[in-house]
Amino acid sequence: MSENTQTDEQTFEAAEYADGTVTYPPHTVSPNGAERVGTIDLREHEGRVLTWTTSTATPPGVREPNTLAIVEFDMGEGYDGPPVRALGQIAEREPTGETFDVDIGDRVEPVYADELREPGAGIREPDSQEWDGFRFRPVEESVEA
Amino acid sequence: MERVAIVGASMTRFGQRDAWVRELLAEAGAAALDDAGVDGDDLDHLYVSNMASGEFEGQTGVPNALAHDLAAQPAYTARIDQTSSSGGAGVYAAWQSVASGASDLTMLVGGEKMTHRTTSEATDVIASLTHPVEYKQGVTLPSFAGLTARLYLDTYDAPRESLGKVAVKNHRNGVDNPHAQFRKEVDLDTVLDSPIVADPLRLYDFCPITDGSAALVFCPESVAEEYAPDGSYAVVSGIGGATDTHVVHERADTTTMGGVVDSSEVAYEMAGIGPDDVDVAELHDMFTILEFLQSEDLGFFEKGEGWKAVEEGVTDRDGDLPINTSGGLKSKGHPLGASGVAQVYEIFKQVTGDAGPRQVEADTGLACNVGGFGNCVTTTILEGSQ
Repeated sequence: MSENTQTDEQTFEAAEYADGTVTYPPHTVSPNGAERVGTIDLREHEGRVLTWTTSTATPPGVREPNTLAIVEFDMGEGYDGPPVRALGQIAEREPTGETFDVDIGDRVEPVYADELREPGAGIREPDSQEWDGFRFRPVEESVEA
Repeated sequence: MERVAIVGASMTRFGQRDAWVRELLAEAGAAALDDAGVDGDDLDHLYVSNMASGEFEGQTGVPNALAHDLAAQPAYTARIDQTSSSGGAGVYAAWQSVASGASDLTMLVGGEKMTHRTTSEATDVIASLTHPVEYKQGVTLPSFAGLTARLYLDTYDAPRESLGKVAVKNHRNGVDNPHAQFRKEVDLDTVLDSPIVADPLRLYDFCPITDGSAALVFCPESVAEEYAPDGSYAVVSGIGGATDTHVVHERADTTTMGGVVDSSEVAYEMAGIGPDDVDVAELHDMFTILEFLQSEDLGFFEKGEGWKAVEEGVTDRDGDLPINTSGGLKSKGHPLGASGVAQVYEIFKQVTGDAGPRQVEADTGLACNVGGFGNCVTTTILEGSQ
């Protein structure tokens, strides 16, 4: 479950559809049935914590405790589709390994991890899906300003 | 379309049982046949609601196994899997089989055997219903409950204690249910001081892992008195099923369960009633927060105000709208495939006046069975025959 901060080659891929809507994860068609026309990288959009929880009873192959957040992305003023969000683990501080603290409304950024959960430890067939993806860590807003 | 009646019902004791899934199903099935005064070979259709007997126990083909154990062959059989709402989906399938005229006598048996697995393993079997982008993050159904509870409390300015009061109420109700896994009261301090499972939710906000089974026998209303000459039958006056997004975070408002809204609209319209006409309800309180969401999305209370009803005692057994007189999943237990069937069992007992110490004044009752985190929902409305 190591983290790789060299995220340049890893895109946070969401799908864009002919009706202008965007979804994460990508689906075959939009919620209204429109066909997929492109891809959006959610790393380019500001994300904020909609809600979070810390799970203390986790399934096989999952870190314990596991702090998770639903993050909502700002898709810009011209976007009027359904909210674009992702569920993701909250990242850990280096070098202590302690999970960052987050709260509702906090700004966060994605951090690539090559293994979010140990493949094959749980019931799901390891080859049936990918196991890498993005965690989130807080952005110091005062620094940004 | 035939109006459909329920003329027999049973449930096993819920809890940690020595019996395996086949034995649990046969126990409830035989008791329901007995309750309806029929034999296995009288059945035209036999459905089994079950989420994961293969994953839990390595036993598949359970409808065929049950048919043989009850000597019900050559009845048509099928397994109904809709995760935690398999029971409700089974009620829908059983209703449909009689309403369509395909079957003159149908039995539904729901059951699950889970407690031989560790909590971690059982949680993973249930979490395997999630989308790959959810599963790889290690999400569990309790995690979804924690995420939603925090958002609900923040959005509607509800006190944490109100969630605890759902647990207190449902444990109190469960004391009078001889089939319940837990038959002991808990006080609010115990709930609020219990270990954190998915912050802000604690151990007593969650239902247990459970073995058990429940069964119902369905026939056309026109012949119901042949099986229940004393008039002790109920009519399925409304039923609706609906699906929401697979990916939970894609819902416009994650504190609203669209499947509950959509399925109940269909059920109310079929029954020709509205939420104000419901006298008693069994809701899917796998987590305390779910009782708030469903009580609002069914139209019993305004959005964001379900918690006030619990605070004011409206949903107590002696309140204006008793919710979860059985003790709910919270105290009765949650053997996945059995739960939706057991909810309708409780409503059947209530509207036929056979609920013993749990009895409330009820002509019309509603059961809402939720799969995943609102991913699939069945809402069923029963009316007593008398």
